[in-house]
Amino acid sequence: MTTEHFAIDARQLRKEFPGHVAVRDLTLTVPRGEIFGFLGPNGAGKSTSIKMLLGLVRPTAGSATVLGAPLGDVAIRRRIGFLPEDFRFYDWLTATELVRLHGRLAGMSPAQLRTRVPDVIEMVGLSQHRDRPLRGFSKGMLQRIGLAQAVVHEPDLVFLDEPTSGLDPVGRRMVRDVLRAERARGATVLLNSHLLSEIEVTCDRVAFIKDGEMVATRALGGAWQEGVRVVMHARGVSDDAMAGIARWTGSARLEGEELRFGVESEAVVADIVRHLVGAGADVYRVVPERASLEDVFLELVGEDRGL
Amino acid sequence: MTGIWLMAGVTLREAVRRKILWTALIAGALLLAVFAVAMHLQVVEFQGRAMSPFVRYQVEAGMMMIGLYTCDLLAVVLTILTSIDTIAGEIGSGTIHAIATKPLARWQILVGKFLGFLVMIAGFVAVTFAATIWVAHATTGVLPEHPFRGFALIVFECAIALALTFLFGTWFSTLTSGVLALGLQGVAFMGGWLEQVSGFSQSVHIVTLGVASSLVMPGESLWRRAAYEMQTQLAGSLSFSPFANVSIPSGLAVGYAAAYFAVVLGIAIWHFERRDL
Repeated sequence: MTTEHFAIDARQLRKEFPGHVAVRDLTLTVPRGEIFGFLGPNGAGKSTSIKMLLGLVRPTAGSATVLGAPLGDVAIRRRIGFLPEDFRFYDWLTATELVRLHGRLAGMSPAQLRTRVPDVIEMVGLSQHRDRPLRGFSKGMLQRIGLAQAVVHEPDLVFLDEPTSGLDPVGRRMVRDVLRAERARGATVLLNSHLLSEIEVTCDRVAFIKDGEMVATRALGGAWQEGVRVVMHARGVSDDAMAGIARWTGSARLEGEELRFGVESEAVVADIVRHLVGAGADVYRVVPERASLEDVFLELVGEDRGL
Repeated sequence: MTGIWLMAGVTLREAVRRKILWTALIAGALLLAVFAVAMHLQVVEFQGRAMSPFVRYQVEAGMMMIGLYTCDLLAVVLTILTSIDTIAGEIGSGTIHAIATKPLARWQILVGKFLGFLVMIAGFVAVTFAATIWVAHATTGVLPEHPFRGFALIVFECAIALALTFLFGTWFSTLTSGVLALGLQGVAFMGGWLEQVSGFSQSVHIVTLGVASSLVMPGESLWRRAAYEMQTQLAGSLSFSPFANVSIPSGLAVGYAAAYFAVVLGIAIWHFERRDL
């Protein structure tokens, strides 16, 4: 695929601040039309990565294109939406004024905004509060109106930095609905979160960030084909048979009659069974389990990360 | 260019909605009331004296300059206090993130904000100057020589204070920026008065110190030029009032102030364009 197929194409992006490296190596491609999750513990470099992609922070090294344009391109931002973490704005504006201002800044005409602004405020559930100043809004309401300003101009790429922080379960569901609507419209969404459940429910793919470095990506949802764990009950598994499994997996562990291993894809499980039977083992139970996102996360990032 | 006007518009609306502007206007109104009473008392006092109308006019014109100088001080302080938070504060709070990711260059954000504040300050100066001149004229009949030149120079002085505030805001926190901006204003104030005093003392060292201070921060020299433009032609030569100009900043000094302003605003834009947000 060429750059044109990717909403984001980052190559070895790095950001150093005095005294520490925030992002070591961000190499990442996000195909258009995906909801892509950015998952990692606090301080892993997720927000800095997003800021680099948005041109808010200058990379120390590396390069990237966003919607085919190089970092820092001003015109392309007309097609980009952004909800910053802990969205804050002039609290003397009303909800309608805020969304209208952002729509204007994004290049929409007053005529377009006349119909679009009420619609998008309705979408985030704030119609009853549209003429109230933001200073009276709760944190959750600010997140909602922040989401509205991020999508008011129907961008092709939306960056959402911890969009559900401060939201109750109803609000979180609203965010999921908005994300699905954006995907249905054809937009690409990059969702930055430290909440595993949010990523698992909404994203097509997820990237794991650890210590400023992307350590893995996984497909999620219906396209799940990676990270399969298998529990197998077998008798007479010889040492040679175990050694042969190394062709498919490096994590095989035999405890009594219980053989556990993880593989990239369910497709290879049948090959392993054939191998074991061929080596003289009796296989009488095979249970493939999809590893939960939490399992994968803990395996990749480690347990004690302050999540 | 739409982005600049949008930013200017929202900045102006924000400035107008802040309490500080209205507080400054109330303070201005109170000072105006005191000024009006003082002018009235002066007129009453002069009526009991045998005095040449010419000298009387000069004294009353000098008093008008005191009123205008008060307006100038209020305008500069208002400029710094209203704008000090707009760059540093929005960077610190993250408010700038939602704006700086829109399709407008960072210089447009900064210039838009600058214009918004400048319009607000120009409005404040226009109102307080007009009111002061009206009171002076109504009570004594005096009028400034060139009020519009004076107005333009005072707004220019505020524009320099604004540019410095923006420059510090792109580098430092709100508090640090405020201290630096007010500190430099203090330097300018001292420089202006040293140059005034030098007119009496003829001390070369004081002149040098005053000129050096005015080079570091040329705002006060613009007031003195404005005062020169507004006062009666004879007032300066009489030298009987600290508000009569003894040392008049030249056209070169105004040119230096213009270059100073361009450099300060240019560095502010350059740094804002480059820095991480």
